[in-house]
Amino acid sequence: MSASAIQPILRVRDLAVHFPVRVGGLFGRWKPLKAVDGVSFDIMAGETLGIVGESGCGKSTLGRAVLRLIPATAGQVVWLGDDLLTLEPDDMRRRRRDLQIVFQDPLAALDPRMTVGDIVAEPLVTFHPDLGGDEVRRRVRDMVAKVGLSPEMINRYPHEFSGGQCQRIGVARAMILRPKLIVCDEPVSALDVSIQAQIINLLMALQREFGLSLIFISHNLSVVRHISHRVLVLYLGRVAELAPRDELFARPRHPYTQALMAAAPVPDPRRERQKLRARLEGDPPSPLDPPSGCTFRTRCARATEVCATAMPGLETVGPDGAAAQHHVACYHWRDGFRNK
Amino acid sequence: MPDPILTVTDLNVRFATPEGEVRAVTDVSFSVHAGETLGVVGESGSGKTQIFLAVMGLLASNGRAAGSARFRGQELLGLRRTELNRVRGGDMAMVFQDPMTSLNPYLRVSRQMTEVLVVHKGMSEADARKRAVAMLERVHIPDARRRFDLYPHEFSGGMRQRVMIAMALLCQPDLLIADEPTTALDVTVQAQILDLLAEIRRDLGTAVVLITHDFGVIAGLADRVMVMYGGRIAEEGPVLDMFDRPCHPYTRGLLASMPRGDAAAGGELAAIKGQPPNLQRLPPGCPFAPRCPLVIERCRLAMPPLDPLGANRRAACYRAGP
Repeated sequence: MSASAIQPILRVRDLAVHFPVRVGGLFGRWKPLKAVDGVSFDIMAGETLGIVGESGCGKSTLGRAVLRLIPATAGQVVWLGDDLLTLEPDDMRRRRRDLQIVFQDPLAALDPRMTVGDIVAEPLVTFHPDLGGDEVRRRVRDMVAKVGLSPEMINRYPHEFSGGQCQRIGVARAMILRPKLIVCDEPVSALDVSIQAQIINLLMALQREFGLSLIFISHNLSVVRHISHRVLVLYLGRVAELAPRDELFARPRHPYTQALMAAAPVPDPRRERQKLRARLEGDPPSPLDPPSGCTFRTRCARATEVCATAMPGLETVGPDGAAAQHHVACYHWRDGFRNK
Repeated sequence: MPDPILTVTDLNVRFATPEGEVRAVTDVSFSVHAGETLGVVGESGSGKTQIFLAVMGLLASNGRAAGSARFRGQELLGLRRTELNRVRGGDMAMVFQDPMTSLNPYLRVSRQMTEVLVVHKGMSEADARKRAVAMLERVHIPDARRRFDLYPHEFSGGMRQRVMIAMALLCQPDLLIADEPTTALDVTVQAQILDLLAEIRRDLGTAVVLITHDFGVIAGLADRVMVMYGGRIAEEGPVLDMFDRPCHPYTRGLLASMPRGDAAAGGELAAIKGQPPNLQRLPPGCPFAPRCPLVIERCRLAMPPLDPLGANRRAACYRAGP
């Protein structure tokens, strides 16, 4: 997929979300917690962008800010030519039919007092109040079948379903308006291993059938590697690295990406036992009090004096091919990469 | 193989609930040998945690355990609390998934650690402090002497789990039971804790039971693996053998369904169809039968026994084969 040939469906530019946090107790001062700090990326039609990072890196905040579910502090989110962040509420509401979200905890995301049929129908009734009851029921039954549930389930309540089935209901609700983009926020993390593959297959099948774009947020590298076309690695609210999937996993350039890949356990005893034991030291720093310069430098084996001066900008790795789509924010990315 | 230190025989765990009886563990028998690491892998509701809560006498109040669990020859089930307290925390210790809920938030770490030594080993407060600080250093807590008197919330998640492991190791247990010890942690911190567990096993010779849902965690640490499904042992065997030749269709299905990342990224995953069993309405036969691609009539009628399958392997499946 070449960026020049196809117009991106979504362009995010310098997006920032800062939360004011009071430090030092009741009479302390307010300090900005920079959950997302200057993030830019594009998404093409039919593309899946994976967003990986550890807890607190801002990946969920980023997904929600793109949908304007939480207010952004700065930046642009250009959806088919319009900046969503400056739209009037009514205009924004109209755009929402194209932009949906699937949450991590499938049961908590469903209203326990509504039947499955009503849950799936709700967006349809909201956006198409003119639709007749028969037509609503027909579309709900079709969508429920499409996500792999049987039609008689529409009269039951969420608590009667397992986690995997609830997540299918959540996907049906997100899909009923035939959106163009779905933000999937850790959609399989709360599910049992044997159910995760079912939901991943479902999302990929829906994407193929409807040409959906997906923002797939996860802390699980193997899942992201499986489903994504391109992957964005986030560290303390900033893009550490952004590249096409195969390029990133074959040639990770950022020391943080390399560390993530080395740390993720794989279900293969021989590989696990031979793994290099070069571990990241310590924990991610607090986003309230990030280090100066490159925020990763306090855990980075390659850090030098220059890393403390200013945050490195995103550089493009090469002039053509996959390298031209490979961007990394590190002063030392040329120092070589460690292939697994 | 050395003598087993823990031998569990025909363990059954039931919970009485308003909606009926929940059969959490059914007819489970296995042993743990000195110095080995046994990986116990299964999904939520597979019974993997309840086995060891029963062994430790920590079942919820509506739970009952029947069968036998012998630690160094001593029967643990039905033991009075005072007698049980002599074993747990001393010769046998357990670490849980969420270190914040296992540590007392009102007490300094120093107090929680020295208490163990004073109670179990009858140490003086001063000796206990020395021993506890040494143990914090042992689990690589930087600046341990200063941090010793902090409260649990002043530690990060990874550091808290190190504190928990240090506490569990204080009395030099023969057996450390770690229940999802890294599940709540970030992947880079998880790797640090897994390294620590490997180091403890190597340097101290402690037997470790590692309970997890993650085959990746098992792959790196376990010598032997026990796969649980629906409250029963589906199969058991040495780690390399198990990953090379999974015998039970459930294990095979799970391994095949996981995105490996390497070659086939982007293709369809070989998902296991259906849902995990309802423990209140377990079928009379094999609990995996409703989801099994190899199911035959017999599977639905009677539970297959956990039979030996070659050297060191056991599987509970009529259709099991390497």
